[in-house]
Amino acid sequence: MSEERIGVYVCHCGSNIASVVDVEDVAVWAKDNLADQGVVVARDYKFMCSSLGQELIQDDIKEQGLDRVVVAACSPHLHERTFRNACDRAGLNPFLCEMVSVREQVSWVHTDKELATQKAKAMIAGGVERVVYHEPLEPLRVPINEATLVVGAGIAGIQAALEIADSGFPVYLVEREPSIGGHMAQFDKTFPTLDCSACILTPKMVDAGQHPNITLLSWSEVERVDGYVGNFTVTIRKKARYVNEDVCTGCGICIEKCPVNVLDTNFEAGLGYRKAVYRPFPQAVPKYPVIDTENCTYFKRGKCKACQIFCPTQPNSIDFEQQDQLLQVPVGNIILATGYDLFDARRIPQYGYGRLANVYTSLEFERLCNAAGPTNGDVVLRDGVTKPEAVGIIHCVGSRDRNYNNYCSVICCMQSLKFAHLVKERTGAEVYNFYIDMRTAYKDYDEFYQKVLEEGTHFVRGRVAEVTDAARQPGEDGKIIVQVEDTFIGKQRRIPVDMVILSSALEPRADSDEVAHKFGIACSANGWFIEKHPKLDPVATMTEGIYIAGCAQGPKDIPSTVAQGAAAAARVLGRIQQKELALEPIRASVIAERCSGCRICNNMCPFNAILFHEDRMVTEINPALCQGCGTCVAACPSGAITGTQFSNEQVLAQIEGLLMFGVNGNLANELVPA
Amino acid sequence: MADKQFEPLIIGFTCNWCSYRAADLAGMSRVKYPPNVRLMRLMCSGRLDPEFVLKALRGGADGVLITGCHPGECHYLEQNYKALRRFLLLRRTLKQFGVEPQRVRLIWASAAEGARLAQEINKMVEEIRALGPLTWRDVISANGDRPLEALPAEEVTA
Repeated sequence: MSEERIGVYVCHCGSNIASVVDVEDVAVWAKDNLADQGVVVARDYKFMCSSLGQELIQDDIKEQGLDRVVVAACSPHLHERTFRNACDRAGLNPFLCEMVSVREQVSWVHTDKELATQKAKAMIAGGVERVVYHEPLEPLRVPINEATLVVGAGIAGIQAALEIADSGFPVYLVEREPSIGGHMAQFDKTFPTLDCSACILTPKMVDAGQHPNITLLSWSEVERVDGYVGNFTVTIRKKARYVNEDVCTGCGICIEKCPVNVLDTNFEAGLGYRKAVYRPFPQAVPKYPVIDTENCTYFKRGKCKACQIFCPTQPNSIDFEQQDQLLQVPVGNIILATGYDLFDARRIPQYGYGRLANVYTSLEFERLCNAAGPTNGDVVLRDGVTKPEAVGIIHCVGSRDRNYNNYCSVICCMQSLKFAHLVKERTGAEVYNFYIDMRTAYKDYDEFYQKVLEEGTHFVRGRVAEVTDAARQPGEDGKIIVQVEDTFIGKQRRIPVDMVILSSALEPRADSDEVAHKFGIACSANGWFIEKHPKLDPVATMTEGIYIAGCAQGPKDIPSTVAQGAAAAARVLGRIQQKELALEPIRASVIAERCSGCRICNNMCPFNAILFHEDRMVTEINPALCQGCGTCVAACPSGAITGTQFSNEQVLAQIEGLLMFGVNGNLANELVPA
Repeated sequence: MADKQFEPLIIGFTCNWCSYRAADLAGMSRVKYPPNVRLMRLMCSGRLDPEFVLKALRGGADGVLITGCHPGECHYLEQNYKALRRFLLLRRTLKQFGVEPQRVRLIWASAAEGARLAQEINKMVEEIRALGPLTWRDVISANGDRPLEALPAEEVTA
């Protein structure tokens, strides 16, 4: 019989929990059956996390004299702080509150209502048994490192870095490629205003490159992340450029003199060439080139060194002996803006990409019509001279397709409309857009669609079945034919064109899982990084101190990407301004009278928090160094070490509660023969 | 109980940083797994005192699932290795007591592996359902109230 006065609060979470768990029954059951454990109040409520729900708890604490609270709702990683704060406001120590995750661990993962309800009851019993042993605690306060790491320097990362740096705080901007800029640097025009992408992006790139508060680490990758919010230590591999950044002036003579031409499959999307020592594009930031060791004659055969011979700087900037550097930087917060990969259109063989010369991906077309691109902006076929007379643009290639990606890639409709406009403007060709649905939400987008309609672009509603060069009808010779069902007239059509552009899906980066792993965040089933809350917390993640922005979180257009970059920066700035951080007061301590001095625990701690007093023959734990893992607690044969929030009493009591029922609801005494 | 199909009861210990978040993710992704498993949170798999497992088995659990961060990814640097050592020793000890090794399982699940965690749970429930109830506790219970908590601790720290 417990002396505690415990309140149990069961949340419906709208219908998220209530549709699977009989929440009313659970609350009534808790009041009736857990009275011996100290439960004096048990309520269910539509949204416990709402202000009314929190007031319900606060009022009970004050009026009913509760000294323990159990909230059965979502994961503690989402709302533990909410309910702890509610307790705090009512004068109850926040650590006397325990959460039971009946949403993530019950209603969202189980379907059988009866069994789910039983499980919820058992889990609440576990929470109630456990909360009895909770002790009032005070949070530990640690300073927050003012520096921020931004990973990925596309427009999202650049925006975030600039916002933070402009506020006066240091930023490490890490980019995997030789230059910052991301995909936006490859584009020609941006919808719906048709401003030139480079004209709006490059000034920002320069700002980021020259900002006194930004340490730009291009051609670098994050190797590992240690620590926690406020105090991360990040190990960054600065890959060897073979160009000494301290002396290089970026004059570009080495690039001019390099005799090796390499097909640029990255920045020029395979349409152009670069040298073995190269900058991806002329406005690259930083301006220093990189030597591609796979193609450099010197690295392949030990001869050449043309770049070094012609380098005008003193001392010479080319350094063939340069090694990768590992840098360790301490940061308080991290923003991940790692962007997207383009869907590989070869995966849909019937669209002919890679087989039919004049089938282009969207990124290839961006380069083709870019004034700084391989054709200086001339929209021509692969032969380099012929202007197309008819062009087909296929929407939803690899997206909204259950064979590849179910999701909508968001930008393709607008991008395809932009292409239609550009093709018309540059070539006067007939343009056919093949779409499933036209999605032109957001400011000025539909107006752009209207404009393209008025320009005389043909719109055919239907998913393209095939793109082929097999002519069957007169007029098809030498053309590529788009075979499609026009669903408005209910007929199959064959439309001969000279060029096809595939508006390919945006996909998560191929290594997004690995990156998520490294930073301790999660990816959705599709592979996009998961935000803390899809509506209310779109740039935070479940891991404190790690934020996400841009397409790494899901496909989005440039305005949304920029908004997210700025939003993530605002969140980080808010944290930095707090100056210090309240940490969970989960720490181990030794009860000196019980310590036998066996020293078994002494080797357990990787943080060197355990020290042994030779004079008194007892062990002590330094709370400033202890991280609260509890490994020493489990190791002590005398039971002399105890850990706050996870004491033996708390854990054992919770196990007992969890085992109150069998799966089918039979009582534990039926389970365990006397 | 005899007329019902045997439904094994499994207690799962999760690490606050990886597998508990994997369970969160399984929920957020609406991945389904059977309600036979009841999870509880520790800060680290290194906190897992073998006594917790014994307590669960003695109290009515038919199996215990221990989960932690992948080797090399422990939030506390290396404590999952200590969990691994304790687990191996515990499983051997349990085997000597007549508990099938399949009943106590250690798996690694990162915060990104919600679907994998659910899959492992599915597998474990199936296997223990096939094994049947843990009868070992009848024998033990007959021999006294708390006979197993005296597991020699010095062996555990090897």
